[in-house]
Amino acid sequence: MAGLGRACLLLALAVCAYGICASLYGVRSGRTEFSASGRRAVYAFALIMTVAFAVLEAAFLRSDFTFNTVADTSSRTTPAAYRASAVWASQEGSLLLWAWLLSLWSSLALFLTRRRMRDIASYATAVLLGLGGFFVALMVFYANPFATTSPAPAEGVGLDPLLRFPTMMIHPPMLYSGYTLCTIPLAFGIGALLARRIDADWIKAIRRFAFAAWLFLGVGILLGARWSYAELGWGGYWGWDAVENASLMPWLTGTAFLHSLMIQEKRGMLRVWNVSLVLATGTLAIMGTFLVRSGILSSIHAFGGATLGVPFVALIAVLVAGSIYLVVSRRDMLRSRHRLDSLLSREAMFLANNVVLVGLCFVIFWGTYFPLISEALTGQEASVGPPWFDRYTVPLALILVLLSGIGPVIAWRRATLSNARRNFVVPVAVALLTLAVLLGAGIANRPGAIAMFCCAAFVFGSIGQEFFRGTRARRAMSGEGAGVALLSLVRRNRRRYGGYVVHLGIAVLFIGVAASSSFQHASELGLSPGQSTHLGAYTVRYVRPSATVTPKYDAAHTGSTLSLGAVLDVSKGGHHVATLNPSEGFYAAQAGGGSVTSLIAGQPVSHISMDAGVTRDVWSAIQPNLEAPALQRILKLGNRTLPADQALVGILAVAQAYLKHPPQAQFHLIVSPLVMWIWIGGLIVFGGGLIAIWPAPSAVRRRVAARSRARAVRGLARV
Amino acid sequence: MNPARKRMLRLVVALSAAVVLASALIYTSFSAASPALTPTQLVRQAQGGRSYQVTGMVVQGSVHRSGGVLDFSVEDRAGGTTIPLAYTGTVPDPFREGREVIVTVQKQGGQYVGERNSLITKCPSKYKTAPAGEKQNY
Repeated sequence: MAGLGRACLLLALAVCAYGICASLYGVRSGRTEFSASGRRAVYAFALIMTVAFAVLEAAFLRSDFTFNTVADTSSRTTPAAYRASAVWASQEGSLLLWAWLLSLWSSLALFLTRRRMRDIASYATAVLLGLGGFFVALMVFYANPFATTSPAPAEGVGLDPLLRFPTMMIHPPMLYSGYTLCTIPLAFGIGALLARRIDADWIKAIRRFAFAAWLFLGVGILLGARWSYAELGWGGYWGWDAVENASLMPWLTGTAFLHSLMIQEKRGMLRVWNVSLVLATGTLAIMGTFLVRSGILSSIHAFGGATLGVPFVALIAVLVAGSIYLVVSRRDMLRSRHRLDSLLSREAMFLANNVVLVGLCFVIFWGTYFPLISEALTGQEASVGPPWFDRYTVPLALILVLLSGIGPVIAWRRATLSNARRNFVVPVAVALLTLAVLLGAGIANRPGAIAMFCCAAFVFGSIGQEFFRGTRARRAMSGEGAGVALLSLVRRNRRRYGGYVVHLGIAVLFIGVAASSSFQHASELGLSPGQSTHLGAYTVRYVRPSATVTPKYDAAHTGSTLSLGAVLDVSKGGHHVATLNPSEGFYAAQAGGGSVTSLIAGQPVSHISMDAGVTRDVWSAIQPNLEAPALQRILKLGNRTLPADQALVGILAVAQAYLKHPPQAQFHLIVSPLVMWIWIGGLIVFGGGLIAIWPAPSAVRRRVAARSRARAVRGLARV
Repeated sequence: MNPARKRMLRLVVALSAAVVLASALIYTSFSAASPALTPTQLVRQAQGGRSYQVTGMVVQGSVHRSGGVLDFSVEDRAGGTTIPLAYTGTVPDPFREGREVIVTVQKQGGQYVGERNSLITKCPSKYKTAPAGEKQNY
């Protein structure tokens, strides 16, 4: 089977090479049959990659340990669902996932444009196959997912327990879909520049892909944040880690592009800017992929022993240099037809939004790559921490949220006083009311959070007003009921109202971020059973220890042999609120220690426990002290006296001793308000995005009608 | 003022604002950054009150907990200089003796104090469990 996989990779490389040549020759010589052949090469590439991916997936499901990647990241005891997702837990497998997704999305994009923009699409084909070929070449020459060992090991190492979490199964495919979708606008942008056809056509063709890229990337980022919050033992959702930043940067420039393309469509302005944003987004997406693999920047996410730095740097250098050359050499064609009329207009607001987003991206870029920049400039590697990021991103985020409320209601071209009065009275009133309420509630000591709440209230006011007015107008026109009118309003203007829903979701999300970062109570301390601590308005009491011993081969369990934890009672004002049971799982290691110790000597993993609520989350994690002398004595005795097949008895004794005389355990406790609204806001954004991206019914009908007309014409011609 | 001059002026104002902001960003990043050092370099260069990011291996047998404080020592990858640290805050799951860690520290008197929640574990191979034969200290 590995042979089939390896053959697929080599065949894919050949198909990519052929497709690049065919499509370039086709567009240069004007022989469209070669362009069409190049496009079919993309379909063939997708088919081959699908086979290759299926081969690897099957190997994981069958636990075929002749495959090195299977032996390294899976095991027979890993539950089936996690075995399936372990494919992309390794460097090699994730490269294959990347290439596979790229081939699928490329096929879709080229299929949808097969009758339009022949020249642009041909160049785009070459670019996409070039990228695909690059990733396949990496797999063939550097990190082959189909490398095998003979004889196969009897059992694999198993999937890292940290990755055994539901969102971790969909987070990488989402993120990678976002990354690969970013390359589609990139390819068509390069195609448009090469073909010197920089009108609205190519923008229209890739608009939906840009939106999909933005949506997938956003969902991927959010799932990553959720995993970090609900699975890792530090209780945060965002740490300005290099890899988090790398995924945020293309998302920011993508957001900027989605706004500025509206100005190009409506007013023919900002063409250089748009094409530059597309190129930047695609390049940043590839840099995001690269950062995980290069091992250049230290990050908690980096793959160990990553060696793909040089080829990736070369690819990015080519992309950046090529993009700059293309934009500069075609600048005359990119002149806009209109100019900005007034600084108080929707165009100007969109422009401001773009400047802020790109500024935000620059700040994050600078901070993320600062270790490299500083080493290059001063010879001394240095890094900036979260406080530095916060100093710049907080004000920029405030402006951004405010603009997301202003943009939808300000007039195009030039806002007048009467326009302003008509549109801004309600939102401003809502914001001021919120301010008064907040100040009345006595939380004046957190100006950042208060400003964010007011900006969000402003957005609610302005978007709510838009929905209200639109619905009222529809009701007046068609006499529909309020609910029906609202639905048909959204259905008839999906992009517009979907976009508004996204703005609402972003405002909700930022309320969650501002509240949870400004009004959080956190504490790290050692507690023994019976002791309690205060955390904000809550009292947390360590009631009693808990311990679970799981026999080694239990497929349903995530697989920790021993898990030690605590039962915590959370109360507020003497009333019971919740019972939490955080624990730490100890996993078996391949070797080392002794018969008993080896069962629990793997990497320990925190299983956090929280009481999530609409108003606040109470979050807890524990680090039990396994090094307590009493427990260590039992382990040593067990190692000396128990053979491997009876070692579980030793673990049971440790659990017993822990329950009977629990040593002081280390706790990490957090009370964080409104965290849940981050996830709710994310869902609203996702819903709004789906509304906007869904093909409008009228468009579908039009396309079907056009197709049947074309068929009728062909039929007539034949007669 | 004619429209062309007005546009020019606007452009100049916008560009100078961007330049000022960018320089502020760059300046603060250099002054707020903590240099990344090995333990040997840290001993040679450290001044009180400044933050440094030290990368080193956790010395075998040096990890002790007392109250909320985690005491451990780090050394260069090749061994040599050992510096003791007092750290408070979240300890990542993969933290253990013999692993490479990154932690932001300040020199306070003769002691190095870890900045709260700054400890990062550099795992020799992030998405794989401990390889066979690695020394464990349970």
